Amino acid sequence: MEKPKLIVDGKRLDGRGFEELRPIKIEAGVLKRADGSCYLEMGKNKIIAAVYGPREVHPRHLQDPSKAVIRYRYNMAPFSVEERKKPGPDRRSVEISKVSREALEPVIMKELFPRSGIDVFVEVLQADAGTRTACLNAASVALIDAGVAMRGMITAVAVAKVDGQLVLDPMKEEDNYGEADVPIAFLIRNGRIEAIALLQMDGRLTLEETRRAIELAKKGVMQIYKLQREAIMRKYMREGEDYEGSAEAAEVAKELSENEGGSEKEGGQSEQEVKE
Amino acid sequence: MTDDILMDIKRDYVLSRIRAGERIDGRKFDEFRPISVQTGIIEKAEGSALVKLGNTQVVVGVKMQIGEPFPDTPDRGIIITNAELVPLASPTFEPGPPDENSIELARVVDRGIRESEAINLEKLCIEEGEQVWMVFIDIHALDDDGNLMDASAMAAIAALMNTVVPAERFEVGEDFPLPVQDLPISITSLVVDDKLLVDPCRDEMSVGSNLMTITSDREGRVVAMQKSGSYLLPEEKFYELLELSVAKAREIREAVESQIAKGGRNGEDEES
Repeated sequence: MEKPKLIVDGKRLDGRGFEELRPIKIEAGVLKRADGSCYLEMGKNKIIAAVYGPREVHPRHLQDPSKAVIRYRYNMAPFSVEERKKPGPDRRSVEISKVSREALEPVIMKELFPRSGIDVFVEVLQADAGTRTACLNAASVALIDAGVAMRGMITAVAVAKVDGQLVLDPMKEEDNYGEADVPIAFLIRNGRIEAIALLQMDGRLTLEETRRAIELAKKGVMQIYKLQREAIMRKYMREGEDYEGSAEAAEVAKELSENEGGSEKEGGQSEQEVKE
Repeated sequence: MTDDILMDIKRDYVLSRIRAGERIDGRKFDEFRPISVQTGIIEKAEGSALVKLGNTQVVVGVKMQIGEPFPDTPDRGIIITNAELVPLASPTFEPGPPDENSIELARVVDRGIRESEAINLEKLCIEEGEQVWMVFIDIHALDDDGNLMDASAMAAIAALMNTVVPAERFEVGEDFPLPVQDLPISITSLVVDDKLLVDPCRDEMSVGSNLMTITSDREGRVVAMQKSGSYLLPEEKFYELLELSVAKAREIREAVESQIAKGGRNGEDEES
């Protein structure tokens, strides 16, 4: 297939600017059975994440007496892509599951849940490039929704190089015909980017471009981070209304939004109070 | 239990040395172990190489077959990379289907070769849309004393440079050397506190497996990156890794090339 022109008159194929994200929709607590869940759309990506646990680890020999065992399963639905994907894990999803788990592991306070397991299951219902980063964003919200103590939020985005230009959050065409793809996840805490949690790259970039790609990703994740927080706050305000203490819930939410400094963990705790 | 205690002692020792600015084997932080590359060691393979990185040993064999091209690249050959962490190479490797570590190893090596366009895949087209050459790169670990990643990547490119396309055997013309046009080098570093240790050996890994692999091509462009291990990498450290890895790759590329130039003969260990 001939490579289409990906940038026309300084705009991308879908009309976006170079540093513009696709529209994002995030909703927390969408599944009844899971302890925490999240539905996320990023452009045409449709992702659903569920968290089970902390709970008993099943093959018992996998238990760790000092901390929780984290498992992460990235899975694509057979109908999520143009050409039907054979169901079940392939090599790509095994690798994605590994690096995604490794991104979450240092952020989850595993020491608080010895001998237990925390399972994160992420299903890609529709894929349109950048699924591993979209999945991590959803998983992060689902973990907070499950009340799992975290050191902060994991927020991820991809940067690509297309037609010689670095662009934020590539869609399928840009991913297919692009010259490089850099998925990256950050730990964000108190509204500040603290560290890199996931980083992969394939393609061809100069050192300078690689540095610029990271900078561009940082701009993107701050916007996504805001939406992740809002999704969590919406969920708990909704729950709060069922209770006498709805005013209190609103207050907590207000406090959270005012104080970008309110760490995820504090948020989780006050939300639990509201539930009680 | 005794294993745990020994591991603790080892870890404390390794850490204390690193914090004192030394490595347990006396290397500098940015120093590779001795590299040895022997090519053409498996006659039945189209190309092969044995790489030793200190005590770490990896064999890569290249086999070629004719197959159908992918519909979206009808005029290009196909690369298929696979890694087997056979139980002979480490007490922790188990028989069975490839686990996430061997899959990651194969995929990161594959990315370095693919993205640097080390193989000119257009020259591997026999009949557009019908027949192309498939290049099977099989990584076979023999001894895992740390940093299988870089050893495998070196062995893979060395084996490819040694590969002859078996056109006569498949009756599609004359044999020709595989068109290899770049020499990607991957550099894996262990991140310990604020220190970066290139080419970590097994004992150094007792402090954790906080790894970062950065592969670059001849032009010094980055072609693949992989953060591996459950840890958080500060941004400034990443930039440091980036500079370090690309600079180091130049030096290692020269070492590998001079080893390959010696050919199939048992290359003497050479300080990188």
